[in-house]
Amino acid sequence: MSTSAYELLQAVLKADRARILSSLIRTCGGDFDLAEEALHDAVVAATTQWPRGGIPDAPDAWLLQTARHKAIDSMRREQRARLKLSELGYTADLLRGKEELTPIPYDMLRLIFTCCHPALNQEAQLALTLRTVAGLPTIEIARAFLVSEQTMAQRLVRAKRKIREAGIPYRVPERTEMPERLEAVLLVLYLLFNEGYSASSGEQVVRQELCAHAIHIARLLSGLMPEEAEVRGLLALMLLQDSRREARSNARGDLVLLCDQDRALWNRAQIEEGLGLCDAAQQSPSGGAYRIQAAIAAEHARVAIAENTNWNRIARLYQELLRIRPTPVIALNHAVAVSMASGAEEGLRLLGALADDLDGYGPFHAARADFSRTLGRRPEAEHAYQRAIELATNDPERRFLEGRLREMQGAAIPRAR
Amino acid sequence: MNYLLLIYEDEQALHARDEKTRNQVFQEYGAFTASVRDGGQFVAGDALQPTSTATSVRVRDGKTITTDGPFAETKEQLGGFYLVSAEDLDEAIALAARIPSARFGTIEVRPIWHYE
Repeated sequence: MSTSAYELLQAVLKADRARILSSLIRTCGGDFDLAEEALHDAVVAATTQWPRGGIPDAPDAWLLQTARHKAIDSMRREQRARLKLSELGYTADLLRGKEELTPIPYDMLRLIFTCCHPALNQEAQLALTLRTVAGLPTIEIARAFLVSEQTMAQRLVRAKRKIREAGIPYRVPERTEMPERLEAVLLVLYLLFNEGYSASSGEQVVRQELCAHAIHIARLLSGLMPEEAEVRGLLALMLLQDSRREARSNARGDLVLLCDQDRALWNRAQIEEGLGLCDAAQQSPSGGAYRIQAAIAAEHARVAIAENTNWNRIARLYQELLRIRPTPVIALNHAVAVSMASGAEEGLRLLGALADDLDGYGPFHAARADFSRTLGRRPEAEHAYQRAIELATNDPERRFLEGRLREMQGAAIPRAR
Repeated sequence: MNYLLLIYEDEQALHARDEKTRNQVFQEYGAFTASVRDGGQFVAGDALQPTSTATSVRVRDGKTITTDGPFAETKEQLGGFYLVSAEDLDEAIALAARIPSARFGTIEVRPIWHYE
């Protein structure tokens, strides 16, 4: 195959595979496997026909049309096809050639909501979304989630089987179902982002790239559902967090606190986009959890130096968040913000109420340690640092806390904030 | 597609309910069943007598083994079912969510095997 035809095919697939697939799955009555096979056959056909017959004017439409015909041929060959074809309301139009020629955007929504259907377990939702919406090969998804390729392949097979056999429909949820269903989609994107964000620079690139995939899908979703403020909220949150990627760890792989990060390493373009989304979101009255978290991240991103951070506003935002998500971890974050805004004494007081719930949570003790240390209460601080070190979940975190403890033990007087 | 909606509920909690609540739930069941019939989705449905009336039967090596009680002791017990005809899983889930016991227990939604 000539280089330019091959390159074009690759480019079209990279940009449009998910969109083409999303429409094709609808044509195939919701059958993911049939659609993927048909698309694969169409791609093979392109490699032979495009060099000979010339590159089509609308390559994405060509692939979609060709795949559709292959899918229909395949359905006709199978005995079940007769039943399936008659079940499809729009098949008559399809056979008469009345289907639209290019993928329609609404089909992408159908695909996203189906991949994230609550009847599929969380792992299946994540895998299917990465495979069909992000277009990642199975082996890369396996590496991203640290399982074998076989395990991931099986996960995808089971997910698609459940869709087929339980009758999960290929549709966009109705208004009444939308709150729950959208929540499921946003959770999948948030989980994907967190997997990528928690991957340190030493780990495989494919894991770090999960952030980019999550952001890409969130952006897509935001364009298709402009009326949903929480989608924009999540997108803003992910952009603002991702903007700090380069500054989060130093050359040794150690953790760098937000207040100590070199802000010159923050990604300006992502911050601009994120702040823009946040400021636009202030217009809508409903304060969803992602939107509030994005607003908090925005407060950090807005200022050139850590000292200028508006901790009062952050504390108020955490209070707002607590009202809709009254969890101990969010209460902890609120306490930290209050400490920064109003002093460590106030922060410690709030922490007191959380001791029972968060005794097994490292960051709780780390906060207690820092506040106590600021107030000059060395024994309390030491004890708290020890607890935090015991509970640390990874090496960079542990090393960081050990450093703080050593620092304090070595200092003649507690360091003022 | 046909779906079997299996109604699971904590029998003890059920029996501990006051008369007013029991009557209310009974009315709700009547209304629900009527609406499913009207919608043309009702295939079958019934309440089961409690697990204290259950008997389990197994045949092993040609021998019939009969024991008292349900096949397994569970926190919530099978108390009834509906067999419904629905377009797809979402429709079946919507029906399941309207079953009065859904807010106390769990409804398992199982597609019926269809033979080609």
